[in-house]
Amino acid sequence: MLIKRSSNGIDLPFSSEITPRHVFEARRDFIRQIAAGTIASGALLEMLTREAFAQGTGQKLPARLNPSYSALDKQTPRKDATTYNNFYEFGTDKSDPAENAGTLRTRPWTVAIEGEVKKPMTLDIDSLLKLAPLEERVYRLRCVEGWSMVIPWVGYSFSEIIKRVEPTGNAKYVEFITLADRQQMPGVRSRVLDWPYVEGLRIDEANHPLTLLTLGMYGEVLPNQNGAPVRLVVPWKYGFKSAKSIVKIRFTRDMPRTAWNKSAPSEYGFYSNVNPDVDHPRWSQASERRIGEDSFLSRKRKTLLFNGYNDVGSLYSGMDLKKWF
Amino acid sequence: MVLMQPTARQLTGIKALVHVLALVPLARLVYLVFTDALVEPLQYITHSTGDWTLYFLCIALAVTPLRRLSKWNWVLKLRRMLGLYAFFYGLLHFITFLWFDHFFDVAAMLKDVAKRPFILVGFIAFVLLIPLAATSTNAMVKRLGGKNWLWLHRLVYAIVPLGVLHYWWMKSAKNDLAQPLLFACIVGALLLMRVWWARQKSKAPARASA
Repeated sequence: MLIKRSSNGIDLPFSSEITPRHVFEARRDFIRQIAAGTIASGALLEMLTREAFAQGTGQKLPARLNPSYSALDKQTPRKDATTYNNFYEFGTDKSDPAENAGTLRTRPWTVAIEGEVKKPMTLDIDSLLKLAPLEERVYRLRCVEGWSMVIPWVGYSFSEIIKRVEPTGNAKYVEFITLADRQQMPGVRSRVLDWPYVEGLRIDEANHPLTLLTLGMYGEVLPNQNGAPVRLVVPWKYGFKSAKSIVKIRFTRDMPRTAWNKSAPSEYGFYSNVNPDVDHPRWSQASERRIGEDSFLSRKRKTLLFNGYNDVGSLYSGMDLKKWF
Repeated sequence: MVLMQPTARQLTGIKALVHVLALVPLARLVYLVFTDALVEPLQYITHSTGDWTLYFLCIALAVTPLRRLSKWNWVLKLRRMLGLYAFFYGLLHFITFLWFDHFFDVAAMLKDVAKRPFILVGFIAFVLLIPLAATSTNAMVKRLGGKNWLWLHRLVYAIVPLGVLHYWWMKSAKNDLAQPLLFACIVGALLLMRVWWARQKSKAPARASA
């Protein structure tokens, strides 16, 4: 069932305040269509999404706002979030991904889920879109470089995947392996990182409802430069923990060796939780500049522990976060 | 031929042209900031002013080799202004850091300089540039005496490698070393030429003085 009605009968609180106009208008049209009984919701979603991919990016991806996981911060303009990116597979400059990611083919696309699971499976992008109801969630994004954005993502909790593949008792970690194709990704020809880009989470982190398997942003299909067609978003960790353009997900016994950790282990730990008290040798983590909101005349804003997502604190109780940075 | 021996008027023209060219990066930066073309202006300004500091240091260091190889003695007359532009962009770079990272909180800045080694290296390079810029006038050359002045300005041989190290260290966390490597090669070549010439000179002092 795609559309759930909240018990108080009020749909989408605050959407007009925090969602761009075209997104909430599209959502209302969508609801109206369903209310009119024109078409069954599942079939409509399938139709809309097939249409979306046939026409490339910029196509609508209907999703219901989940207010309980949505920050009320002012959203970053879509233009900034899609032109200022770190995605080294397409180059190391912030403008490179938007310029070079046009060559990425996001269809057909499959994600293999394997390792310590009872039901390994390979899902194509259509199955992923239908696996669980799509939600819109507005998350803060904090980059290790000291800037931040607020982005409305579209997806569902990664726990939906975990539920379906049934990890064995040996599964302690989840490893995310992303595409590294020299033909489609010019940056992979340089040796900036040991390709493919690999990221990982402890299984309880992966299972946390905030961890979002993401298929869209700003009410639309993910643009290539933002990790199309499927990426992860882990809002309490620095941006690089959220793997883009995922092709393989492995459940493992051992802690995965992640790309940045391999490259500079003293600077990029496995956990990489947003933490104003743990310094990075290049960037102060105490403060950040909110892109599109903080003027360059203003003082940087203070960075919050876990990027303000205090709920996740219990995942790390008893851990020395200075040691396990 | 102009290049061999420009007249005083031509030299004035060349100097004016160098001034204009040297201010183009600043004009471009101002244009980009005020047309709202930059997503993260201060980071862009920081990187761009840092880059141009290194470019001007390299260009200033290239003057002597160029003069020796081409016999265009007049290029020496451009060296001081090129060095001053390196200081100018370095100063902008420093001010941006002070502004961008610390909002003019000098105590916080000093703490940061002490804590993060790549910033410390850049800061030292900048501080060492100050006496060079301060003694760039003819009056200061006279006051110090030619020999002392020359000796002081040899500090640049320490400053430029520190600048490259600062850049290298900043980039190394992201394994993006192509550009720092290029700078290191250029600066290395420019300095090695001087070592080579100094050796030649010490090997054949009789002929040189004859």
